[in-house]
Amino acid sequence: MNARRTARGLSLHAVVWLIGAFVVVPLVYAVISGFKSTGELTSNPFGLPEHWRTGNYTGILGDGMFWRQIANSAGMAIGTTCCTVAASAMAAFVLARYAFRGRELFYTLFTIGLMFPFAVAVLPLFLLLRTFDLLDNPLGVILPQAAFGLPMTIIILRGFFRTIPAEVEEAAVVDGCGKLRFFWKILLPMARPALGTVSVLAIVASWNNFFLPLLVFNDPTWQTIPVGVQQFQGQYSTDYARVLAYIVLAMVPALAFYAVAERQLIGGLTAGATKG
Amino acid sequence: MSTLTEERTEDVVPVRPPAPARSLLRGWGSWASVAWFLVPALVLFLVFVLAPIVVAVWTGFFKWGGVGPMDDFVGFENYARLFGDPVFLGDLGRGLYLIVLSITVQLPFALFTAVLLNQRLRGRAVYRMLFFAPYILSEVVTAVLFTMIFLPGDGMADHLVGALGLDGLKGTWLADPSTVMPTLFVVMVWKYFGFHMMLYLAGLQSIPAEIIEAATIDGAGAWQRFRYVTLPLLGPTIRISVFLSIIGSIQLFDLVWVMTAGGPNHSSETMAISMFQFGFKRYQVGYASAISVVMFMISLVFSLFYQRHVLRRDLSGAVTSGGDR
Repeated sequence: MNARRTARGLSLHAVVWLIGAFVVVPLVYAVISGFKSTGELTSNPFGLPEHWRTGNYTGILGDGMFWRQIANSAGMAIGTTCCTVAASAMAAFVLARYAFRGRELFYTLFTIGLMFPFAVAVLPLFLLLRTFDLLDNPLGVILPQAAFGLPMTIIILRGFFRTIPAEVEEAAVVDGCGKLRFFWKILLPMARPALGTVSVLAIVASWNNFFLPLLVFNDPTWQTIPVGVQQFQGQYSTDYARVLAYIVLAMVPALAFYAVAERQLIGGLTAGATKG
Repeated sequence: MSTLTEERTEDVVPVRPPAPARSLLRGWGSWASVAWFLVPALVLFLVFVLAPIVVAVWTGFFKWGGVGPMDDFVGFENYARLFGDPVFLGDLGRGLYLIVLSITVQLPFALFTAVLLNQRLRGRAVYRMLFFAPYILSEVVTAVLFTMIFLPGDGMADHLVGALGLDGLKGTWLADPSTVMPTLFVVMVWKYFGFHMMLYLAGLQSIPAEIIEAATIDGAGAWQRFRYVTLPLLGPTIRISVFLSIIGSIQLFDLVWVMTAGGPNHSSETMAISMFQFGFKRYQVGYASAISVVMFMISLVFSLFYQRHVLRRDLSGAVTSGGDR
C-alpha cells in the first residue's frame, strides 16, 4: 500500500515535471542563449555557454532606447490605470448604490463592451484618433485602453461596492457625510483590495498591448516595450543571441510584477472571468 | 446579494422605524449627481468603444482609401467581395481550426493540469505560479521567443528533435503552409493554458470536499468521481473557459502578426490580420472595415447565442450548486 502510494506520488511528479519542462525550457533556453554569441548558439544550442558573455545583456542595458521603452510602457500603464480605475470607480459607485431609472440599462451597456474584440474597433479607432490629432500622442493609447478596460473594471468594482453593508452608509449619512465624502473617505478606502485587483489587471493589459501603440506611434521616442521588441527583432534578425537577450530583459519587469502582485492578478482574472 | 441602499437624508429621525424604501434621487439635484459620477466612464466608453463600431459599419459601405472624402458609396459590395475572397474564407476556416483544437486539446490539457495541481503535491504552489507565468508575458515577447525556437535548421525545435533521433520531424515549422497552423497552436497552448488552468483550479476549489467524500463512500473510483461528480460541478467554469477561448481565437492578432504576419502565402492569416493588411498596408479601408464588421457580427451573434443558450443554465442554477460563487 505504502509502496503503491509512493509509486503514484512519483508518477504524479513525473507528469508535473514534464508539463513544467514544456513551460520552462523555452524560457531557460532564452536566458542561457543570451549569454552566448550567435555563432555559439547555432553550434552548441543546448549546453551552457563556454564563456558566459554578458555583452548582449549589457549592450542592451547600456542603450538608452531600451530604458526609454520601459519608461514609456510604465508611464502609459500608470496613465491607463488611473483613468480606468477612476472612471470605473465613480460609475460603479452610482451603479451599485443609487436607485435611478435606467441604471440597469447603463450597466448592461457597459457589460456589452466585454463582447467587443479590440481588433474590431482598432481601424475606426485609428481614424478617430487621427481626426482628434492624437496620433504620436500618449493620450491616443491611454484613453482607448482605459475605455476598453472599463467593462471588466466596472463589473468587478460594482460587485465589491454592493457587498459593503448599507449600515456603513447610513452611519456616515447620520454623521453628516455627503455623497461625495462618503465615496471618497469611506467607500474607496474600504474597497482597497478590489481597487488593487483592478489596478493590477489594468497595468498588465496596458503593458502588454501591442496593436494600439504599433498604430499610434510613428515616432520612436514614444515606442513601448512590445513594439520595441518587434522592431529590435526586425533590426537584428540574424543576431539570434542578441534578440533573445532583448526579450529576456523585456520579460523581467513583467515577471517581477507578477511575483509581487500574483494574488491580485489571479483573483481578479478568475473573478472577472466568471462574472463576465 | 445585497440590495440597493436607499439614502436616508437628514429627515430620518433615528427614533422612527426605518423610512420606506425611497430613491436617492429626488428632483434634478440628484440626477445631476448621478450624471456627474457616470459621465467620465460614459464618455470614454461612447467615444472609444461604441463610436468606432458605428464608424466601422458606416465605412464598410464605402470604397475608400483612408484619406480624402468618403464619397464612393458601394452598398454591400465590400461584403459581397469578402465572401468570394478565398483568403477571407480561409480566415474563417483557420479560426474554426484554432477553436476546435483549443476545445479538444488545450482546454482538456488545462483541466488535466488543474486536477493534477489540485492534489496534495509538494511544491504545487510553485507549479501553479510557473504554469501561469507565460500568460503574463506579452504576446510579442512570446512570439519572438518562439520564432527563434522554430527557426528552420538553427532553432531549438530542430535541434531538439535531432537530438532525440527524430530527424524526420525536423521541419520548416512556421515557414511551411502545412505546418504553420499546428506550430502556432503549440505556441497558443504554451501561452494560454495556464490561464484556463487557473480558472479550473478556482472552480475545483469551490467544489465541497464532502461531495467527493460521499462519492468515495458510495464506492466511486477516481475516474468515476471525476466523470460524474467533478466534471458536472465544474460545468459553469468550463463553459466560461470555452467562451473565452473562442472569443480569443476569433480576435487573434499579436501572436500571429509577429511570428508569421499571416504567411507563408496567407496560410496563417486570421481575420484580424486580413483587416490589418487591407486597412494599414494596402489602404483599402472600406474593405478592411467590412472585415471588422463581419468579425464584430460573428463575435456578437456568438456571444448572444452562447449567453442565452449555454450560460443561462448557470444563471438559473440548474447545474451549479457547488461553492459560493
